[in-house]
Amino acid sequence: MQQLTKEHFQPISVDLRQAEQISRPSLSFWADAWRRLKQNKVAMVSMIFLIALIVCAIFVPMMSSNDYFTTDLAGKNKKPSAEHWFGTDDLGRDVFVRIWYGARISLEVGFAAAAIDLVVGVIYGGIAGFYGGKIDEAMMRFADILFAIPYLLVVILLLVVFEPGVGTIILALTLTGWIGMARIVRGQMLQLKQQEYVLAARSLGADDMRVLFKHLVPNSLGPIIVTLSLTVPSAIFAESFLSFIGLGVSAPVASWGTMANEGLPAMKYYPWRLMFPAVFISVTMLAFNLFGDGIRDAVDPRLRK
Amino acid sequence: MERILEVKDLHVSFHTYAGEVQAVRGVNFHVNKGEAVAIVGESGCGKSVTSQTIMKLIPMPPGEIKKGQILFQGDDLVKKSNKEMESIRGKDIGMIFQDPMTSLNPTMTIGNQIMEGLIKHQNMSKAAAKTRAVELLEIVGIPQPDRRVNQYPHEFSGGMRQRAMIAISLACSPKLLIADEPTTALDVTIQAQILDLMKDLQKKMGTSIILITHDLGVVAEMCDRVVVMYAGKVIEEGTVDEIFYNPQHPYTKGLLRSVPRLDLDRDEPLTPIFGTPPDLLRPPVGCGFTARCENAMRVCQEIDPELNDVNGPSHRAACWLQHPLAQGRS
Amino acid sequence: MAKKPIDQNDNLLEIRDLKKYFQIGENTLKAVDGVSFTIKRGETLGIVGESGCGKSTAGRTILKLYDPTEGQIIFEGKDLSKLSNSEMKPLRREMQMIFQDPYASLNPRMTVGDIIGEALDIHGLASGAKRKERIQELLSLVSLNPEHMNRFPHEFSGGQRQRIGIARALAVEPKFIVCDEPISALDVSVQAQVVNLLEQLQEKMGLTYMFIAHDLSMVKYISDRVGVMYLGKMVELAESDKLYSKPLHPYTQALLSAIPIPDPEIERNRERIVLEGDVPSPMNPPSGCNFRTRCPKAMPECAAAAPQWKEVEPNHFVACHLYN
Repeated sequence: MQQLTKEHFQPISVDLRQAEQISRPSLSFWADAWRRLKQNKVAMVSMIFLIALIVCAIFVPMMSSNDYFTTDLAGKNKKPSAEHWFGTDDLGRDVFVRIWYGARISLEVGFAAAAIDLVVGVIYGGIAGFYGGKIDEAMMRFADILFAIPYLLVVILLLVVFEPGVGTIILALTLTGWIGMARIVRGQMLQLKQQEYVLAARSLGADDMRVLFKHLVPNSLGPIIVTLSLTVPSAIFAESFLSFIGLGVSAPVASWGTMANEGLPAMKYYPWRLMFPAVFISVTMLAFNLFGDGIRDAVDPRLRK
Repeated sequence: MERILEVKDLHVSFHTYAGEVQAVRGVNFHVNKGEAVAIVGESGCGKSVTSQTIMKLIPMPPGEIKKGQILFQGDDLVKKSNKEMESIRGKDIGMIFQDPMTSLNPTMTIGNQIMEGLIKHQNMSKAAAKTRAVELLEIVGIPQPDRRVNQYPHEFSGGMRQRAMIAISLACSPKLLIADEPTTALDVTIQAQILDLMKDLQKKMGTSIILITHDLGVVAEMCDRVVVMYAGKVIEEGTVDEIFYNPQHPYTKGLLRSVPRLDLDRDEPLTPIFGTPPDLLRPPVGCGFTARCENAMRVCQEIDPELNDVNGPSHRAACWLQHPLAQGRS
Repeated sequence: MAKKPIDQNDNLLEIRDLKKYFQIGENTLKAVDGVSFTIKRGETLGIVGESGCGKSTAGRTILKLYDPTEGQIIFEGKDLSKLSNSEMKPLRREMQMIFQDPYASLNPRMTVGDIIGEALDIHGLASGAKRKERIQELLSLVSLNPEHMNRFPHEFSGGQRQRIGIARALAVEPKFIVCDEPISALDVSVQAQVVNLLEQLQEKMGLTYMFIAHDLSMVKYISDRVGVMYLGKMVELAESDKLYSKPLHPYTQALLSAIPIPDPEIERNRERIVLEGDVPSPMNPPSGCNFRTRCPKAMPECAAAAPQWKEVEPNHFVACHLYN
């Protein structure tokens, strides 16, 4: 033990400001969420895969010497080779390019459906939850009715009325797809508008728009993003599924679903024609879902410390 | 006097993104048989972590007991496995939490929640346990206990829930009851009822109580001894009289001066303790209170003072002002 | 305390028979059921009562955060009770609120600067460099480090957050502030900081407070006059020292006696009135006097009729059949 001297017992002046110092690094909510997402290795691997998928979907069809529609009956059903990495199909089209072209369609459908769900769902759910009461009651009952109509029936009806194609599929998916988002947003609004900081804004004289866009929406973003991150893969899967059962995009346009459909009868002799689209559908689904889980964990404030 | 609980040099840390938060940094105290000990301090001082560590209720990870012993009737609880703790929790040590709503299971009747412990720890038959449950509800002052025993927590008011919670924790006649802010969520008139009840039960059943609270009035009413914690350490302990009438540590003095008293004239100014407690992510080298202490000295920044006897063995304080060289300063 | 003397005839605010009912399904919850009082310019009126007594609802209704069911709210001679939201907007600069929960009352996605600056934006009081300057000035006013204006609420302690809430309320330079349990979520050592700050600000800026709390010792300390509420009604109102030294209503007496005093000697020798049972539901209050079901002095007439709100001594109001 150190020898204590009279020196040690000299009074010191204490700076009370010092006692107010905050020593932890400043982190905004999003920086904190990003930090947590980065720690999640599975989510990061998924994210890198998805970024690669998007980049390839954009550039591979542009740069490849093959295209998705040129048929070559002499070179049909070829095995994967240096010239055709994933082989060719029954019309001699390059499967590799068709996969990436299909990825474009899948991603287009996925993101477009998610974007429409987002806009419609947030506005609809936002209005219902924010105003509450009778308006909320009426709006949510309408959504319930819409939700009760069997989904395949809607799709088939739509395809009878409209041309089959990407646009119709997106329409079919979003016709009822936004309801989930609307419910989430409504729940958030109902909960958040009771918060004291909303009351505080009101007592400062804030109008509805300000309360909605400065306070309620920013605080609902977490759940909205989580819902969104799971809407994209479900839309992609729905597109593949519809195309697979013949209700989706039509030839010569390639989609993972149609490719799997066309590859199915030839599974025994030319397995790559089914295998490649099937693997891409599965891995993409998995990556989106794992990434979505990662986002959920990252923005869930209950796990905050 | 026989010591029922002795906590020795307890260190508990939590691992967070920013690093290790040293929530409890070497806590020593004991509880004698049949007495009520208060642990007081600000939020974040480690009082709740200490009590939850005694019950081994802190989540591990992120929590970790770094060091120390928790001797309950001579047995070290730190070394006990989860399985062994299960037979101690509820049976030998009971716990009451601040919020009776979240600590009761909403899907079970109050009766079943009381019976659970009786059947598990005392091998009672269902019928016997039920009779005992009704008895316990009666003891804690719930009217119509034979009807209430079949009701769910949401059918109880706040004060009734806390009574039910006490009935559950007392079911197996524990030797030690840890009450973590048991009346903070309650209104004063209900608080008075609950405190009365706890005092009464302590007298009747001889249970030792650890009362964690920030309400000094409750301490004065309920307890025999007081342990004052600050920044993860015990900075003063003594009997209620010693702490209230002869506080030694500037923090204890500050606490007592910062509460208004109903029985005194309102012209007496309040003296707050300025600033906020240190962040235990980076605990200070010397005394944790230095930055807020008006009597701070050079030594306070450099060396952490130890708990030393003040006047007689029951009163101890950890402050350099107690040192002979500092005499005549405060 | 060096407080300016209060002019007893200068009413900043007059509340007349204020009622606020909530419709919950088929039932009516009478949160505030006919409350009348005045608040003098420059004074602090304390309102105490247990949870569910309607004290917070009263505060929020006075600020028109809720529309009153009945009654008048007269602020500087003007009745606010019938004003629309847009008509209220200029008056929002005159009356503000400080909230109970320092964790829920600050938007977690906004920086402290933006939280305090929101009032400036809404009323167009300052922008650009002037806005920043004003925000920093307000932060210093509540003893916070102005450099922290870009930090987020979760980085601050409870007491610091409560001071941010005070700075936000002060941004519009109000005359009247409803303090809705501003200290009950704080540590004791920090409560005094906030209370002292409120007192300093009152002195400096001539503020008038309505201080709502359930902690009677703190209310006694800060208030000039104190009103006691029970189940939507005011049961007693008197000068602070008088209410504590000579409580008239049996509920006030029980409430005062229930509070533990931080003095072991006194506590050992104290006889307290412990009330039986719980507060009845405001959905279905008892007939006559609300308090009769728990009142140790209940008489037959208490069930028959509600007691009158009477000034039994100068400036000492009570609603109890014992004093009729």
